[in-house]
Amino acid sequence: MDHGEKRLMDKNQESLFVRLIPFFERYGILLLILIMIAVLHLLQPDVFLSWRNVTNIFKQVSWQSMLALGVFMVIVTAGIDLSVGSIIMLSLMGLAIASKAGMPWYVVMLVAPAIGFLCGMFNGIGITLLRMPHPFIMTLGTLYIFRGIGNLISGGVPITGFAEQIRVIGNGKIKLDVIFGEGAREYIPTSLILMIVIFFIFWIFLNHTRIGKWIYAIGGNPGAARAAGINVDRILIVVYTLCGFLAGIGGLILAGRTNSAYPNAGLQSELDAIAAVIIGGASFFGGRGTVLGVFAGIMIMGILRNGLNLMNVSVFWQQVLIGSIIILAVYIDVLRRQLATRT
Amino acid sequence: MSDNLVLEAKSVSKFFGTITALQNVDLHLNKGEVLGVVGDNGAGKSTLMKVLSGLYKPSEGSLFFDKEKVTLNSPRDSQNLGLEMVYQDLALAGNLPIGDNIFLGREPTRKVGPFNFLDHKKRKQLTEEHLAKLKINVKSADQKVEELSGGQRQAVAIARATAFNAKIVLMDEPTAALAVKEVGKVLDLILNLKKLGVSVIVISHRMDDIFTVCDRVMALFQGTNFAESELKNTSRDEVIGWIMGKKD
Repeated sequence: MDHGEKRLMDKNQESLFVRLIPFFERYGILLLILIMIAVLHLLQPDVFLSWRNVTNIFKQVSWQSMLALGVFMVIVTAGIDLSVGSIIMLSLMGLAIASKAGMPWYVVMLVAPAIGFLCGMFNGIGITLLRMPHPFIMTLGTLYIFRGIGNLISGGVPITGFAEQIRVIGNGKIKLDVIFGEGAREYIPTSLILMIVIFFIFWIFLNHTRIGKWIYAIGGNPGAARAAGINVDRILIVVYTLCGFLAGIGGLILAGRTNSAYPNAGLQSELDAIAAVIIGGASFFGGRGTVLGVFAGIMIMGILRNGLNLMNVSVFWQQVLIGSIIILAVYIDVLRRQLATRT
Repeated sequence: MSDNLVLEAKSVSKFFGTITALQNVDLHLNKGEVLGVVGDNGAGKSTLMKVLSGLYKPSEGSLFFDKEKVTLNSPRDSQNLGLEMVYQDLALAGNLPIGDNIFLGREPTRKVGPFNFLDHKKRKQLTEEHLAKLKINVKSADQKVEELSGGQRQAVAIARATAFNAKIVLMDEPTAALAVKEVGKVLDLILNLKKLGVSVIVISHRMDDIFTVCDRVMALFQGTNFAESELKNTSRDEVIGWIMGKKD
């Protein structure tokens, strides 16, 4: 049989259900978000979709989304970074100390991403050059080290009060007077814009550059990447460095949002980041996942927390629910994969 | 020795800790020649291929490409010299589409301002052209490699090796995991490469493969050169004997 003919027949034989699978694979998670929004809107019609509440969700997830995006890239390489919560705290403390030392705001602003960059590079170098058996171990070590250093340089006490330009990043409002008329209360948070821009840049990076392609290749089969002449160690250092850098940006946003640096900043947020990445459909074994999925994952966590808070559900139940969602999301993924490979 | 020498290894040894994988192994390859390398498991065939492709650095000995001594620091170096390897484990990333695998590490790009972005259109076009040239049938160039059959994966691996006008192609057990129908296609492909003046080294356990495509066969035994002959001067039984370490 002619090949083209055969292909045509295969196409016709595929049922509607089978043809819908790729659609769900790509957009199913967005569907889930829409359902969550609809349910919460029905339960809290006056509050949930109010401008104030929606912007609040975005402000809350903005710094967490930076951690999730960084951890996502690491997970795509089949690695893990447990230290991002500590990097965010260390970069926050560094920023606070630079601020207290009276440095100009534009220097203070660079301190957090720079510290994050260096921490991430330290992780990457440890994992590759020191040949640690698994990134889990290196970043578990630096989880303690970075937070310890943060407490050492700050004396373990909060530092508050930053320049206006810093606060704008986490707490700034872009007024929408033009649309809603003079004196309107509607606004877009600066951190939301920053988040969208950074997610867009990293979407381009991962999908439309060679290094982005190599990151996926390393997660799929590091041996294949090496055989293709890709310097796997160098790419891994780039990935962990960028992850740290993003955590540093998260620190900057958090500094603006809270106007203070505190010893417990980012505590356990590495686990939230991993959860968001997994809920967003990335494979823990590397090579699979999308930037849009990470965004969706972080939004699901943010909307869930916000909705449960609005309904006065206890924090303890929130923990149980988020844990359940992680397991459910991965189980749905397992089912989906079974369906997709069934012939 | 012939003037057509394209690749030569002299006294190559490779040690892994206390294990000696190769000991003073010599190999030479002429232009447009198909050389069969045989040997029992652990004889050092795959190690030798990995040394030739630059994946392993030889502990001792030297390599010559076109009679010039070279040091290979990575497979990229041997690729630049026109040598391509089709690995036994195929070295494909299953999560990536066929086209991405063929062009992995050498993706076509286009410049936008100061940045280089992947040229998805061009990659797809080049992939389809190349697959058509090799008569490889797949649903689409965008199909993920993990969705392909063993034979199709082998075809993609060979397509990958030959996409950049390689002068030398190394194949490690190219037919080992294939259905009978697909074996013939791969062997045809090897003969086709030979016609185009490409030199091929084939590692195989299958005498049918060796006696269909090779001009010359060499046997390794316990990491050393054991025997070597033009194909016309030997027989299947003799070559099988070499594999088991027997020489008349």
